[in-house]
This record gives sequence, structure tokens and C-alpha cells, in this order.
Amino acid sequence: MTGVDLVMLALGAVTVGAGALVVGTRHVVRAGLWLVVALGAVAGIYLALGAELVAWVQVLIYVGAVVVLLLFAVMLTRAPIGASDDLDRSRWAGALVGAGAGLGLGALFVDAYRWTTIPAGVPGGGADAIGAALFTDWVLPFEVVSVLLLAALVGAIVVSRPDVGAVPAPRKGE
Amino acid sequence: MRPVIPYCVAAALFGLGVYGVLVRRNAVLMLMAVELMLNAVNLVLVTADATVRAALPATGQVFALFVIVLAAAEVGVGLAIVLQLYRARNSVVIDEVPLEPGPLDWELDEVEEEQDSVR
Repeated sequence: MTGVDLVMLALGAVTVGAGALVVGTRHVVRAGLWLVVALGAVAGIYLALGAELVAWVQVLIYVGAVVVLLLFAVMLTRAPIGASDDLDRSRWAGALVGAGAGLGLGALFVDAYRWTTIPAGVPGGGADAIGAALFTDWVLPFEVVSVLLLAALVGAIVVSRPDVGAVPAPRKGE
Repeated sequence: MRPVIPYCVAAALFGLGVYGVLVRRNAVLMLMAVELMLNAVNLVLVTADATVRAALPATGQVFALFVIVLAAAEVGVGLAIVLQLYRARNSVVIDEVPLEPGPLDWELDEVEEEQDSVR
């Protein structure tokens, strides 16, 4: 057990605990805030693994953009402010499938890697190495992803236009 | 460094995400659980980049970046659909979507106005 292992164990415990609260809490807004904790701890694990650029992109896009978008949606759908008991349907089936998926994957990984050790850190996790890989070997998928982002942007605007499927309010006095 | 630690964290996170997707009734909370699953996949990709030697350098991290971009696109479109569902049905409960539109905002406003005038 080295220092990196201890850091990753601690951050992993934070991640799993906050993730359990995201799917378990009875407050809608608190679920979004616990999601910030979980995603931030995952960014910390990326840093411990040596993947600096992915860690900062995670902080920028997930914690900065995606969570804010989710909280906007919570507000725009007029979610209940306090605790509410009807957020979950019956839990046992979901718990069965979730525990099966998690424990199955965990068993697979434990069986594959046991308690082996590797030299710490990804070689070349900085922006220069990732940028070089992205713009030489992966430039075609990069461009395709940019087209997909444009399509998602246009699609989101079209879907959320208020004149699609809305029932107009009657004028006063009719 | 023991690679089994981040791998097991990723497996637990994926299990939590599956549980959340299956159990949550609120569409926004379900999207949050989907984010947990996507993060578990990203964690596996980055850890695999540290443990498995690939033919190309930094493949796992590049794939993790692609998955982050796809997740951003997914959450944007998903929330647009959720907002439109809320606008049409006044509810984001996804296991009992009403076939008829629910009480609309202006109807609720009128009810509030009537209550105010009664008071």
C-alpha cells in the first residue's frame, strides 16, 4: 500500500458514498449537490492516476456544466423543495439488478487484477500528450464528435421550443 | 499502485447507477443516475490506460474525453425532452405518464387567482 493507494481508497470511498446518496436521498436538489461531490471525487481519482487533462475536463464539463444543467432542470420542472417520499418505485428489484451488476463487475475486475501492483501514474496524461494523440491518431472521431455536438445542440433547441405541443392560454374575457 | 482499487470503485459506481436508473421515478433524478454510470465507464477507461499497454498512446484517456462529450450532448437533449414532457403533461414522473395533459400552468394560476379573490 503506497500513498497513491491510500488516496485512491479515500477518494473511492467518497465517490461511492456520495453516489449512494445521489440515488438514495429523498431531496431532489440534494441529489444534484451530492452528484457534485461524487464527480469531484472521481476527478480526484483521475489526478491520482496521473490523467491530469481528463481530471480538469471532468471538473469543467461535469461539475461545471452538466450539474448546473441538471439543477436548472430541477428548478424548471418545479421539483419539490423538501423531502418527498414518492421519488422511488419499489426498491428490491432495482437493488437486485444494481447489486448484481456492481458485484459481477467487481468480481470480474478482482479476478483479473488480484492484488497486483503497477508503477504509479499514466505516462503522459498532460495536455500536450493527450492533444497530440487527439489530433493525430483520433482526429476523425474528434471531428465526428463535433458534428454530433452540433446536432445535439440544434436538436435540443428544436425539442424545447415552446410552440411545439404547448396548449395556448385562452385570452381573458373569452 | 494497485489498479484493482479504481476498478472496484468503478464497478460499485456502475451498480449504483443501475440501481438509480431502475428505481428513480423523477426523470431528472434518472438522468443523474445515468451520469453516475457514464462516470464509472470513464473511470474504467482511464484506469485501463494506466494498466494496459495499448498500441497507440493515451487511447483510454482520449476515449474518456469522447465519453464526456457524449454525456454532455446526452444530458442536453435529455433535459430538453424532460422539459417538453413537463410542459405538455405537467409532470416528470416517468412510470405513469398521463395520456391526457395535466392541469396546465395557466389553469393553476387561475385557481390561485380564484383562491386569492375568495380570500
